[in-house]
Amino acid sequence: MTTSNTDLSTPDATASLPESISEPAPTAAPPVFELRDLEVYYGSFRAVREVNMQVMAHEITAFIGPSGCGKTTVLRSLNRMNDVVAGARVGGKVLYHGVDLYAPDVSVTEVRHRIGMVFQRPNPFPKSIYDNVAFGPRVNGVKKKSDLDEIVESSLRGAALWDEVKDRLKSSALGMSGGQQQRLCIARAIAVEPEVILMDEPCSALDPIATARIEDLMQEIKGRFTIIIVTHNMQQAARVSDRTAFFTTEVNPESDRRTGVLVEYAATSKIFSAPGDERTEQYVTGRFG
Amino acid sequence: MSNSPGTVASLTAADLRPRGGWRFVKSRLMSVLMGAAFLIVVIPIVFVLGSVIQKGAGIVVRDFPAWFTTEIPARSRAVGPGMKGAIIGTLIITAAASAVAIPLGILAAIYLNEYGRTSPFARMVRFLANVMTGVPSIVMGLFIYIVFTISFGLAGIGGALALAALMLPIVIRSCEEMLRLVPGHLREASYALGTTKSRTVLTVVLPSAAPGIVSGCLLAIARAAGETAPLLFTIGAAKIANWSLFEGENTTLSRQIFVNAFEVLPGPQERAWGAALTLMAMTFLFTVVARVVTARQRKKQR
Repeated sequence: MTTSNTDLSTPDATASLPESISEPAPTAAPPVFELRDLEVYYGSFRAVREVNMQVMAHEITAFIGPSGCGKTTVLRSLNRMNDVVAGARVGGKVLYHGVDLYAPDVSVTEVRHRIGMVFQRPNPFPKSIYDNVAFGPRVNGVKKKSDLDEIVESSLRGAALWDEVKDRLKSSALGMSGGQQQRLCIARAIAVEPEVILMDEPCSALDPIATARIEDLMQEIKGRFTIIIVTHNMQQAARVSDRTAFFTTEVNPESDRRTGVLVEYAATSKIFSAPGDERTEQYVTGRFG
Repeated sequence: MSNSPGTVASLTAADLRPRGGWRFVKSRLMSVLMGAAFLIVVIPIVFVLGSVIQKGAGIVVRDFPAWFTTEIPARSRAVGPGMKGAIIGTLIITAAASAVAIPLGILAAIYLNEYGRTSPFARMVRFLANVMTGVPSIVMGLFIYIVFTISFGLAGIGGALALAALMLPIVIRSCEEMLRLVPGHLREASYALGTTKSRTVLTVVLPSAAPGIVSGCLLAIARAAGETAPLLFTIGAAKIANWSLFEGENTTLSRQIFVNAFEVLPGPQERAWGAALTLMAMTFLFTVVARVVTARQRKKQR
């Protein structure tokens, strides 16, 4: 069996995305992402089928649904993090500003540079707070100390963490609380100035107070970034998001395997007050899932 | 906390005494057994250390600077100090072996854990490394004798190559194990910032695994420094200190222990014990220094 690398990624990282996408077109806010019949397979198992949706710029889009419905899988296919998983394969199209992310001449590092990610568990590097935030800029070739200092400060301010850590930038990130670590991960993500930030259940390992801070932070930064968040917490989706996508699982009667499907995608207020699908209504009212 | 029964006045309110005596007995029994096992392991170590220090300290301490600075006596029956050549030989041959085996071993481990993983080639390399661990060290010496020494002659470098062949599988295995312990989420965090795989390995994976990698390499170095068999047919039998790896025969402490211990006379006997003590002390010193360095590094990370 071949690994995902040979299946998905470009042979060389020298190819970059076409120039056109770096400047968003000013007309009537075209979507950032357009998913067309997206399917993700792990080996022969189809985890998600036929997802069609558009993600708008400077909005917070939430993916909700029961466990195993493929919301994280879809999220990870948006910056090609599934490439890391052995045997993962993508069908259909993921268009990012009209460019197919899985086209052969697309560089994975370039994609992830523009589409950052925050993970379920805070995962700072075992380095100092400063080095964590400066990691991405350094990779991108920023060498001057004064430039790095500036990026680190603005990123930490952006993640509402500066005042708490400005006196101990040189101490280890692992000594921080879980909520601080997660905000550090957000600071680390925004330090490379991505256009999109994908968040995979960013608050599931945090207590309510830390969660509230992250949610406030999301509202603050949504003017600068497009955010897509996967969450198990329906109240969270209702509180923070502009649009919500509800996924669920379908059991294949022949193989008894579960495949995720996108049931409904609409404005968050509509999903929670007047859902168009019975399954959505049952889920958001707590009758299943 | 309290194991002694009878201290709780009221049984109805809160009886916290251990229930069922058998469980308590079993726990005690196992603790005693484990303590005994530990003692059984420690006793021979203490005796080995004790006798080496007792019999070796004489010559090393009595002839303190001379032991390190004078040549090995030309007549093996002579009484008195001198291990200069063997100390230098041990240092340069082990260093050369490490310079070959450690970079190769770490690179191989990186390939196995980060790139090859379960590919057929990686499996084969892993399998061969495992087999190599079990190869007797004298066979390594024989191998180098045939492919190297026969054409190029006896020299320190031959011994270094034989030791490197011995160290390589140890380094590969322990380093791969350490790289495997680096959590996958750290790699993902790095990829998500638009970092290439090679850069991720260099800046995230290797630093996280560094303390373990150092331990693995130390183990290999200590093992190599004490080996005699691979050197028997590769470095010759010099008595004069030889700083050159490539020209002329050489000798090492392990080699001198081997040669001198065969002599029945008190002079060589004493030198054999002294060489043993010197070798142990050198390995110990080196380990301590490396530990201190990695501990300091780790403190920086935490």
